[in-house]
Parts: sequence; C-alpha cells; structure tokens
Amino acid sequence: MSDYNFAYLDEQTKRMIRRAILKGLAIPGYQVPFASREMPMPYGWGTGGVQVSAAVLTPDDTFKVIDQGADDTTNAVSIRRFFQKTAGVAITEATSKASVIQTRHRIPEENLRADQILVYQVPIPEPLRFLEPSEVETRKMHALEEYGLMHVKLYEDISQHGDIATAYAYPVKVEGRYVMDPSPIPKFDNPKLEMAGIQLFGAGREQRIYAIPPYTQVVSLDFDDYPFQPTKADHACDLCAAEDSYLDELIVDDEGGRMFMCSDTDYCANRRKQGHVGAQGVPYAEDQA
Amino acid sequence: MTPLLQVENIAKFYGARIGCTDVSFDLYPGEVMGIVGESGSGKSTLLNCLAGHLTPDRGAVRFDTRADGLRDTVTMSEPERRMLSRTDWAFVHQHARDGLRMNVSAGGNVGERLMAVNARHYGQIRDKAIDWLGRVEIGEDRIDDRPTAFSGGMQQRLQIARNLVTGPRLVFMDEPTGGLDVSVQARLLDLLRGLVREMNLSAIIVTHDLAVVRLLADRLMVMKDGHVIETGLTDQVLDDPQHAYTQLLVSSVLQV
Repeated sequence: MSDYNFAYLDEQTKRMIRRAILKGLAIPGYQVPFASREMPMPYGWGTGGVQVSAAVLTPDDTFKVIDQGADDTTNAVSIRRFFQKTAGVAITEATSKASVIQTRHRIPEENLRADQILVYQVPIPEPLRFLEPSEVETRKMHALEEYGLMHVKLYEDISQHGDIATAYAYPVKVEGRYVMDPSPIPKFDNPKLEMAGIQLFGAGREQRIYAIPPYTQVVSLDFDDYPFQPTKADHACDLCAAEDSYLDELIVDDEGGRMFMCSDTDYCANRRKQGHVGAQGVPYAEDQA
Repeated sequence: MTPLLQVENIAKFYGARIGCTDVSFDLYPGEVMGIVGESGSGKSTLLNCLAGHLTPDRGAVRFDTRADGLRDTVTMSEPERRMLSRTDWAFVHQHARDGLRMNVSAGGNVGERLMAVNARHYGQIRDKAIDWLGRVEIGEDRIDDRPTAFSGGMQQRLQIARNLVTGPRLVFMDEPTGGLDVSVQARLLDLLRGLVREMNLSAIIVTHDLAVVRLLADRLMVMKDGHVIETGLTDQVLDDPQHAYTQLLVSSVLQV
C-alpha cells in the first residue's frame, strides 16, 4: 500500500470533500459546490460517487458497489476493484454486510441500518435544469423557494400522457424546504429515501454534493388529484418469485420471450438461497453464485 | 384615493449616458397610461425600472400592496418583489418568445403562474387554463400544443392569458402589438381593451404606435432623450400637442 494514499485521493482533498458532505448533511437537500477532482475514469461513470466514497471510507469499512441494482456489471466491478486496490478495504456483495454502499440508479431492496452509508452517483444534480437552463436563475429559485416550475413539468406529464409519466429521477422535497433530484433512481425507490442510513449524493462533472440525513422527511411532489404512485412492472420475479421488488425486463429470444427479474441481484440471490423459486427459475445451487 | 403606483423622480443612467431621468407620476386603479416616444428615448428603461427588472439609480416606485399599503418596490427585498411580479403584476413582452416557455404546452404556460402561487390541483389548473385560453380566443383543442405551433398573434394572446390568470392589478406592456400585422393588431387591441375594462386593470403601455395609445390609454406621457416632455389626457396630447417634438411625432403618423 505504498503506491497510493489511502483511498486514492490526498488528505487535503478528502478534507475538502468531507466539509462539503457535512454542510450537505446540515442543510438537507441543498447542493453544496465542491472542487471536484479528475478521477481515473470518465465523467458519467460515477466520478462524484467515487470521490464521496473515497472521502468517507475508513480502513475498517466493508464496501459494496451496485449499478442498476446489480453487483456484477462492469461499472460496479471496476469501482469495487478500484477501492480494493487503492484502499485495501474489504468488499462484499451482501447489502447487510456492507458499511458503505456506492450505488448507481437504485436503492437496495433490503432496509439499510443506521450504521450504513449509501453513496449515490449523480449525473445532473439540478432538478430544475431541463426547465430553466440558467444556473444563476435556478440558484435564486432554490434560495427563494420558488418551486412552481417543478409542477409545470408534472403538469406537462399529465396533459401529454394522462398520468405523471416521470418514472425515474422523480423530484422530491426534503424536510419541507429544498426540492431535490434523487438521482435517476426509479420512483419505486422514492419512499425508501426516508431511511435509517446516511445518504450522500456526489455529482463529479457538475461539482455538487448533497445529502439526506437519517430519518429525514422526503416527500415526492404531486398534485392533489394525481397523487404520487411508486410503480414497478406488474409481475413477480421469474427467478425468486418476489412480488415486492423492482424488476428488470429481459428479452430472452427473438420470439417475444421475456423474463422479469429483481434488479437487486443480492436480494434475488438471498431469496433463492432461502428456497424461493420463480416461474422460470431453477433451485439455487452453490456453484451458480 | 390612494394611487396604485406612485413614481417619484426615477432616474437610471448607463454610465454617463442617460437612460431616463426625473420621471414622476401617479397611476390610479383602473387607469391606463401610455408612454410614447422614439427609439432610444428611455421608454423601455423606464418600464423595466418600474417592473423591477432594472434597479433605478435614484427615486422611488411605490406600489399599493394588498397587505401593507404603499411600499417602495426599489428598496423592498427581492423575494417580496418577485412575489409581487407573479401575483399583482404582469409583464407583457414585445416578443412573445421572451414571455413564454416555448417548450411547454399552452396549458402549462397559463398554469405556471397558478402553480407558482401553490395551486396543486391538476383539474382546477386545467379548467382555469381552458377558461383563460377561451377569453383570449384560443380554442380549447389547442391547450396541449406548444407555443411554437402558434402564429405570432396567438403567441401574443397566449402571453396575455398567462399573465392575467392570477388576476393581477397592474400590467406592464412593452410594445404589445409590435411585429404583428394590422388586422391581428386590431383584434389584439380589441381584446386588450375588453380585458382592461372587464377586470378593471391598471396598465402602463410603452409603444411607439400612437394608434395603440389612442385606443387604450387614458393618459399619455411623451418621452425624448430620457426626459418626459409632455403629459396629459391622451386625446388632449394627440389633438393639441404643445411641445415641438410631440407635434413632430403626431404629424409623422402616416395617413392611409
């Protein structure tokens, strides 16, 4: 471990990021600017999340990375290896064993505990961005709590699709003050934003960090006559038969064959270990994992 | 009777150049005031100072707020001023594109001000949008179309609907008929005149078109080089101009 400083970043940088994180926790939902560093990966691959993870990791931590819920995709594997190499921390695929979880686009199905930290990778932290291109103006809107525009987006959804069609990155209001983009998690995950663990959001290219402290009130925006509804595919997991988890749809042949399966691979594997078998699944065997 | 708007010695300078200076007037509820003058005479600068888009270098603009009477909008805090500009004030831009969200449907454009003052019931917002589109003669079937699909005259009418939906008391208009052909202008003026009467609106209209003020304005203010050179009742100023420049202005209108 002489090749790198612990967790890649130098101590001054980590200190700077920790200050931003603390400020973010003190003002839930507020986007704190920070001096984002170049990371050895392209923007859009989680440079913000990696920097936040680097700043919160300690040698005793157990680290888990998920990408769209899965532990075994390229992005997840390479970030996990990165910290294995630069920080020498223990790694795991089990949600319950991890103390720091970096995630892209999902919240694990299993409820997180108070001693766990969830780090999100955020592409565009500004929820108002696609409606108001000016950063000066959006900052002013946040400062003055002028959030009418956010509802214009939802209005447009209903007028065009008959329902609030926004399915991911669904805007939320944190602790009755700041409107926040929860990163592109499916709106199915929005109710889980009120949790026991600490949630940190890092946007590397946009140079913003924000946070939700444990047990903070997080309300998904909606209309009185079109209330917020978390949605998922109307199906059970074909591997583990779970009916309460968020599903991926997989096309399996060119004859219209498809299967639905949990996007959270760890959750699915655990259920199969416990003996649950879905419509297209086979009983769990050790060598498969 | 308290004036709705009390303007006192407003001045705005661009470096050493004068934008407008020494402008004072009172505007009473239900009154429409026209400001005419040639290009560069300071009309738009004055309007932007009154509407809070520019900060004047001198003077006071007092508005009769619902809560605590006359308040100076120049020195009031920004949140208060922005609150006024989306409730009691309306601003109609010369180019509808500046006042509309072009990538949001007509209904969304009208509904935005309602949602900005915490309307959270989709059905009610939509009903109100349909009502207002009807009042400005835009068909209900166009409610989900974007303004990009509208003609210039329709865009301008949509902008007016969007501004008036929250029932403002004071409307600022910057060349509302500029860039429209004459028949569309005539219909728009007709519509504006109706709305102003019906809602008992006060308005300040900046224009270089004397026909517009003849139709709409009760009182007239003529500006040149940043100064007000003549004020009075519209008909009085237009039919019996006193100042040499006003005489020139009135005689410059082309007769068909």
